[in-house]
Amino acid sequence: METYSLLRAFADSWHLLFMFCFFIGVFVYILRPGGKKVHEDTANMIFRNDDKPAAEDNRKRQAGHADLREAK
Amino acid sequence: MLGYIKLAILGFAVVVAAVAAGLARDLSYQIHALIFMVSAAIAFIWLIRRVSEPAPVVDPNTYMDGPVRFGVIATAFWGVVGFLVGVVIAFQLAFPWLNFEWAQGFMNFGRLRPLHTSAVIFAFGGNALISTAFYVVQRTSAARLWGGSLAWFVFWGYQVFILLAATGYVTGSTQSQEYAEPEWLADLWLTIVWVAFLAIYMGTLIKRREPHIYVANWFYLAFIVTVAMLHLINNVQIPVSFLGSASIPVWSGVQSAMIQWWYGHNAVGFFLTAGFLGMMYYFIPKQAERPVYSYKLSIMHFWALIFLYIWAGPHHLHYTALPDWAQTLGMTFSIMLWMPSWGGMINGLMTLSGAWDKLRTDPIIRMMVVAVGFYGMATFEGPMMSIKAVNSLSHYTDWTIGHVHSGALGWNGMITFGALYYLVPKLWQREGLYSLRLVSWHFWLATIGIVLYAASMWVTGIMEGLMWREVDAQGFLVNSFADTVAAKFPMYVVRGIGGVMFLTGAIIMCYNLWKTVTSTAERKPASVGSAVPAE
Repeated sequence: METYSLLRAFADSWHLLFMFCFFIGVFVYILRPGGKKVHEDTANMIFRNDDKPAAEDNRKRQAGHADLREAK
Repeated sequence: MLGYIKLAILGFAVVVAAVAAGLARDLSYQIHALIFMVSAAIAFIWLIRRVSEPAPVVDPNTYMDGPVRFGVIATAFWGVVGFLVGVVIAFQLAFPWLNFEWAQGFMNFGRLRPLHTSAVIFAFGGNALISTAFYVVQRTSAARLWGGSLAWFVFWGYQVFILLAATGYVTGSTQSQEYAEPEWLADLWLTIVWVAFLAIYMGTLIKRREPHIYVANWFYLAFIVTVAMLHLINNVQIPVSFLGSASIPVWSGVQSAMIQWWYGHNAVGFFLTAGFLGMMYYFIPKQAERPVYSYKLSIMHFWALIFLYIWAGPHHLHYTALPDWAQTLGMTFSIMLWMPSWGGMINGLMTLSGAWDKLRTDPIIRMMVVAVGFYGMATFEGPMMSIKAVNSLSHYTDWTIGHVHSGALGWNGMITFGALYYLVPKLWQREGLYSLRLVSWHFWLATIGIVLYAASMWVTGIMEGLMWREVDAQGFLVNSFADTVAAKFPMYVVRGIGGVMFLTGAIIMCYNLWKTVTSTAERKPASVGSAVPAE
């Protein structure tokens, strides 16, 4: 088969299916239960660290020990 | 050691550029070689004067705002230049004698028109995108820019690209592709600058000190990556000579047209939309002092937008040699694009829910809201115009020009002005803007200017579309082309006046921002209590 036909056949079958599933998957993942807290936190992220960078271990602390952060 | 390598490269570049300028086969190439020579020489002298000084100590716990400050100045400067050229060519269309005989070949409409489009899109918009990207990625990653002085290279390198493009247009160097006019030498230079831009952006995201990547960064990243891809594929050209500016395209015929409009429409989709949406998702919540209306919606907006936009290009080629299925595909995806676009618009507008009173008191938020409003209007008008039946009336008429300008002036311009008004007091540690009254003046001048522009172009566009297709009882065309040109005159004058108002607003902004930096009180350093993180 010539290259064009091969690529064309792949593009409008398997790749189309892949993109469709990926797209739906993204929406499912966005609406997953438990995403709300993460999204709320991320949406409010812009109100911190306006003047200078966060502490070096901030990312680990925020991600790993959510309960620790709450406790403080 | 690195300093000496830089000096060696720059010195070599000066010599090579000087030789190339001497052997140049055409004026554009000669000017470009001279621009490279002078830029490299300035960088060389700047470096060599500091060669014995100890390397400056950089505190990683501060943000790198130098390039952002320069970027803000460049945005304002190129904005005024671009708007001014736009006003000139608007009046050249209304009054053709403004194509002065003594300036033929340099300042006639054909030479100035790409200068205008590139100045507003790539110089004004590009500088706004690069500087706000550097600002936003640092704040949302809570980390200093990656790559040290590479950010300076990106800033100055991009200005050199703008100079190359601008001088090329005026002297007639063009590869005749809309929004991709610069020839191979400028294209290669932009590629280098853009890769550095991408590296800085990715590097900063990777070393971020926040667990998540804020949605604005996704939009910025999509803008940087996609523009790189578009630029590379649409500019596959073989230079005729390494000492001349001309080149031969590799693509030909309908493939070339399709790739050009795949490029062209995604320049709109990813440069003027995704990048500026990054600005929207940061600066509107910041100015409104409340988080974005729905973070979930913003992620859906992102994925739907990038999945659909990339297919919309063929709507620029309705009723051409492009296969029918490709035209229909482009039309269908353009119509589907309406949904994510309005999702984003609603998200931006509703961020103000519960704070609508700010519209009355804060002219900056008013500017941003009008920007989002124009985004909504342009992204409704665009899908409508992409419908084949509508396109058969609107295509090649001034309606298209009106559509582009309600998007560019209304959406890109207004959101950039809002961002500049937000940024300048922050970047120069000022208490606030010099004058909110002047912001209001800017707001009204710009808004009325856009309305005059868009309304006159609707009228003239639909009028000329109808005149072109008007046939008499025997089936003969009623109007000659010159008839339509004559009929458009009043609307062209109105459009020019709208442009003058928009330009005046931008000049008022420059004055206001200048006075903000030079004559308002310095922001007091935050008290110790508020500087320490809450934890």
